[in-house]
Amino acid sequence: MAEMSASAAHAAEHERGLRHHFEDMEQQHEAGNLGMWVFLVTEIMFFGGLFAAYAIYRSLYLPGFEAGSRLLDVKLGATNTAVLIGSSLTMALAVHAAQTGKRKALVLFLILTMLLGAVFLGIKYDEYATKWHHGLVPGLKWAPDEEIPGNAPLGSVEMFFCFYFFMTGLHALHMIIGFGIMAVMAAWAWRGKFSPGYYAPIEVSGLYWHFVDIVWIFLFPLLYLIGGRY
Amino acid sequence: MSGHVVPVKIYVAIFLTLLALTGLTTGVAFVDLGAYNTVVALVIAVIKMLLVVLFFMHLRYVSNLTKVVVLAGFFWLAILMTFTLSDYFSRHWVDQPTGWGPSISAPPQP
Repeated sequence: MAEMSASAAHAAEHERGLRHHFEDMEQQHEAGNLGMWVFLVTEIMFFGGLFAAYAIYRSLYLPGFEAGSRLLDVKLGATNTAVLIGSSLTMALAVHAAQTGKRKALVLFLILTMLLGAVFLGIKYDEYATKWHHGLVPGLKWAPDEEIPGNAPLGSVEMFFCFYFFMTGLHALHMIIGFGIMAVMAAWAWRGKFSPGYYAPIEVSGLYWHFVDIVWIFLFPLLYLIGGRY
Repeated sequence: MSGHVVPVKIYVAIFLTLLALTGLTTGVAFVDLGAYNTVVALVIAVIKMLLVVLFFMHLRYVSNLTKVVVLAGFFWLAILMTFTLSDYFSRHWVDQPTGWGPSISAPPQP
């Protein structure tokens, strides 16, 4: 009977992961993708406020911001940039593996992404520890024992480090959340939850991961590079 | 079929370009270009962002609706930046704090 076969087709669609309120997989896929982008736009505005504040305070306390920038380790910053770009590559390859239905490759690339994220956080921890050791943490331990480049006013250097810790701290928090998301994704992937027809969680997690990478792509030059190192 | 499958070759090429641009921006930071150091650093960062957004995040391959939403996001960010900065730089709401720095770092002059 026609009704029976219609409901059988309906059930088959559900097995492939199609939800009731979508016409077909393509519409469902686009809706999920669009929803994630809307969330990322709110994240752009979230970080955008910090970047605007950074621009204002940099113009007000330029000598301190340049001196503070030169107190950061540019080698560690560049290394972390490369590590994060590498994690974006493994994330993109994870999405590729999900699209082509390679379960083991998907799990492997997700774990690689987590590993590179952990390396980034490890280097970040090392940088924080060094700043703590040199008394460069405003509010908690502010007693710089290093020579301030260019004899910049100490208060303005303190302002730079406020921005440094807030911006990199918020970014690191996003990395930690991303690490947790990837752990869940790897577990789901291992259990075979995904297929070439249904891999939306992998894709939107990937969008999040790449977004966090982009934030760092801007933090690296703004904090480490434009301090007049020549 | 849902989702565009990007060839692995493209991903690797984007990755290598991003690494090269990271090296370039780090190198340029040690060359004195005056005010252009900041400009070059930001231009390279924007190019890197575009590469990540267009290829790693598949924005090149998604529907026009999603593209418009993302563009609107950046447009709003531009509004945030332009209006905030134009207020601060033109209305003199905040004085340059000339006094407090030296009084902390240097002993008071006799």
